[in-house]
Amino acid sequence: MMRQIAQFASSRLLKECGASVIGHMGLVGLMGLMISVGPIAAVAAEPDDAVVKEEAARVAVVAKLTPSVLAIYAKEGQGGGSGVVISPDGYALTNFHVTHEAGTAMKCGMADGRMYDAVIVGVDPTGDLSLIKVLGRDDFPAAELGDSDQVKAGDWCFTAGNPFLLATDFIPSIAYGVVSGVHRYQYPSGTLLEYADCLQVDAAINPGNSGGPLFNAAGQLIGINGRGSFEKRGRVNVGVGYAISVNQIKNFLGSLKSGRIVDHATLGATVSTSDDGRVTVSDILENSDAFRRGLRYDDEIVRFAGREIRSTNAFKNILGIFPKGWRMALTYRRDGRNYDILVRLRGVHHDAELLAAAEEEPDPHGQPLPQPQPEKPAPDKDHPDGKKDDKSPDGKPAEPKLPGGLPIPVQLKNLLTKPALPEAIKKVYEARSGYANYYFNKSNRDRIWKMVVGRGDFSSFTGPWAFAGTLAVGGKFDVKLTDKDASIGLPVGDTRLEITDDLGAVLNPPGSGGLLAALHLWRKLQVGGPGKYGQLIYQGTAPLPGHDGLIDVLVGTTGGVDCQFMLDPNDGTLLALEMYPQTDADPCEVYFGDYRESEGHFLPYRLEVHYGDNLFAVFNVGKYDLKKGDAK
Amino acid sequence: MIWAWEQKRCQEPFPGAFADRLGVLRLRKRFLTPFLAALALLAARPAAAGPSLSHVIAGVQPKIVKIFGAGGLQGLEAYQSGFLISADGYLLTAWSHVLDIDEPTVILNDGRKFTAKLVGADPRLELAVLKIDAQDLSFFDITQPAAAAEGTRVLAFSNLFGVATGEEEASVLHGSISTVTTLDARRGAYETPYQGPIYSLDAITNNPGAAGGALTDLHGRLLGVLGKQLRNARNNTWLNFAIPTAEFATSIDAIRQGKAPVSPDKSKPKKPDNPLTLAHLGIVLVPNVLDRTPPFIDGVRPGSAAAKAGVRPDDLILLVDNQVVQSCAALQKAIEEREADVEVRLTLMRGNELVEVQLKAAESDAQ
Repeated sequence: MMRQIAQFASSRLLKECGASVIGHMGLVGLMGLMISVGPIAAVAAEPDDAVVKEEAARVAVVAKLTPSVLAIYAKEGQGGGSGVVISPDGYALTNFHVTHEAGTAMKCGMADGRMYDAVIVGVDPTGDLSLIKVLGRDDFPAAELGDSDQVKAGDWCFTAGNPFLLATDFIPSIAYGVVSGVHRYQYPSGTLLEYADCLQVDAAINPGNSGGPLFNAAGQLIGINGRGSFEKRGRVNVGVGYAISVNQIKNFLGSLKSGRIVDHATLGATVSTSDDGRVTVSDILENSDAFRRGLRYDDEIVRFAGREIRSTNAFKNILGIFPKGWRMALTYRRDGRNYDILVRLRGVHHDAELLAAAEEEPDPHGQPLPQPQPEKPAPDKDHPDGKKDDKSPDGKPAEPKLPGGLPIPVQLKNLLTKPALPEAIKKVYEARSGYANYYFNKSNRDRIWKMVVGRGDFSSFTGPWAFAGTLAVGGKFDVKLTDKDASIGLPVGDTRLEITDDLGAVLNPPGSGGLLAALHLWRKLQVGGPGKYGQLIYQGTAPLPGHDGLIDVLVGTTGGVDCQFMLDPNDGTLLALEMYPQTDADPCEVYFGDYRESEGHFLPYRLEVHYGDNLFAVFNVGKYDLKKGDAK
Repeated sequence: MIWAWEQKRCQEPFPGAFADRLGVLRLRKRFLTPFLAALALLAARPAAAGPSLSHVIAGVQPKIVKIFGAGGLQGLEAYQSGFLISADGYLLTAWSHVLDIDEPTVILNDGRKFTAKLVGADPRLELAVLKIDAQDLSFFDITQPAAAAEGTRVLAFSNLFGVATGEEEASVLHGSISTVTTLDARRGAYETPYQGPIYSLDAITNNPGAAGGALTDLHGRLLGVLGKQLRNARNNTWLNFAIPTAEFATSIDAIRQGKAPVSPDKSKPKKPDNPLTLAHLGIVLVPNVLDRTPPFIDGVRPGSAAAKAGVRPDDLILLVDNQVVQSCAALQKAIEEREADVEVRLTLMRGNELVEVQLKAAESDAQ
């Protein structure tokens, strides 16, 4: 009842909007106090120890999680939201719909009372997730990531953030509640946005909470709050909020660090639930990897990415948590027999579509319900940044409004159409089409390359590379790679590839999917590095068959083909490469193993080559002969 | 014993307010000290001694059902909630537009899908009983209502906003009972035919689709059924409430057992010699243009039995002798099952009020 009175008082006062937000809060607080003082005075008995203990534990958890929570304000003061720091060097998570309005640079208030500059790193418009980097420290308090698959309905949880942008000292508001449901699927609203496999909570999520953290009872981060079901009661909490699960975020984190505009995945097939409760393929694209791996119309989907599939929603849920390009295990059933395949997931959107979503002007009122909370009231006048603007840069009226319908008072107009980026941001921002911030792509690529070079600097080995050995199935092989051509001798015969601008044209040796081109690109990367390879970008992280955890992926484009280089995230060891002669075709996969060191250079002595569903060959290298540039 | 402690904490500040409602508190005035001591003993047990919430929830979820039916237009949801009240497939839900369909779909917690039959409804409570063809189901025994009072911590189970489909579980919200009060105290502010006692809740339980959901205590015992969304027309606030089990148990159990209010399916086999007609009573219905035209009264013949009983045009006929009639056709059938010379009781909806009238066709009319 007290809560209701307080809410009522707060909404009325905010509507009248005469004084500042702080004034209202004071009054609300006072009313609350007046109601609660009586009861406390009347009860002389001490509360039970267990209750005191529980309360103390909660207070301790709140104290632990508070320092990592961000109050995010758009640079021009036209909105804001919440966020959470996840690493000491300042990487932080928030909603895409928060950064979308904020743009490249934003200000982040932390519970220490200080305001920090932050820059956009990567965005996932479909999953409503953005990675930003808070600048200025390398010892930020960071939230500990939990495991959202362990969360059950009924678990206690905390939401933290800056609802209605109330906290002028940046100390987050905390709400306590229970998890109402797990593995929830919320249909796309607007264009791209989709909440798959999300957590539903009854802890309050209000406008301004967007992008803020959801913690479990132990204070571990289990989700990012961003969406609620609203209807006739206005855009305020009605006890039904949704958080992006942290396990989904873990899947996307590497991709987001690449500075890209990240896409979600689709199988290339649609599924539906049949009358007998089976989930079957109702349509499939013939150029999809799923089709090439054997999946057909009417096959039953039994398991995907380790999860049993019993409903269409269950399938959409699990599919929605993976980035484009990941390769996942799928079990399908046909005529009473199960088939296990690995499927490369396609992107949900065209690049142009994604780009448009990331770059178009936000339209907070253009989305159907249920929807996220794009209304992010502007910070109040005590905002240390001081800049105020009731117009966004293009002259559109700023949209932030409180549920009462009145805009937050704005004091100053910023007459600049596009304020210049602060110096601190300029150093860590580079615009490029298709990227939220290309700077982070480059810096991550260079970081990884530094590790690769640490395993052996081959830049002077510009002469011919030769290696020979035995095939696992018996027989001998020898390979020779130069700038001009590549050749291989096999028991079945010798083949050669002339290096042209179209490496995908000749896939020699036959049945390998283009092993010579793949080996040529391997040498080219090792010798030339990012500077001379052609275009080489950091794709993010992905799983690799036969490898635990996620690996780093560099994607190179040269000679008309894309080549993915999979590297150990810890030491830069090249684990595998996949050479795609053309889009929507099977790659030639080369898995590198048995690395041995010679004079500071690590070289793989086992090469396993796959193409499509087949193992082409396993090469056991006996000897490498790598020539330096001057050794003609 | 979280319950005991909460009760103490929340009830102490308001002595007297609950004394009439909860017998145990009457003791308190005379035996204040021993009572407090007993509470202290109960409270001394650690709060964690109760079953974990997720465990309790897992026990309740199999009793909760998702119901899909008519709606989907103009802000009317085509879904609502319900819960099982017998092992053989009787379930309780809200009586609403969602049931304005021949066979609403009921989806159990395990994903099993059934078409349900309407067994009966109590328009005063705005509750209905459905039946699905299933056995050995987990259910709430409404004949053993658990008591609750202000401060009792509660869980609300419902499929609000239609979030869950198939085997996905209903949503769970937590809160406590703010007050036990009666809706009629609020008459005029809320548009509802139900005017009995309610639990007013501090959680936002009464969302779209939540009506018919279950309110339980932290041990998973049924306390009540979640009501429809109620908006206070004066101050635009929304009431979150549940109807206590004790208020509906008798009526709903009677419906379940096929006693009054009687099911429309259990029509009397014997055809009357001289059947009653609406013309006998002086009632003219609106034109029957739909499959299920609601039986609104278009006109009342002056001087007829209906006119004498105060029946008015625009009244909606809900019940004939406690039998639910959802359409003009059903009404006609129900009327014609009766002899022309018997008295018939109609329950009418006039605006938001329920009106009961007794009619007996004049002998001249009944010829």
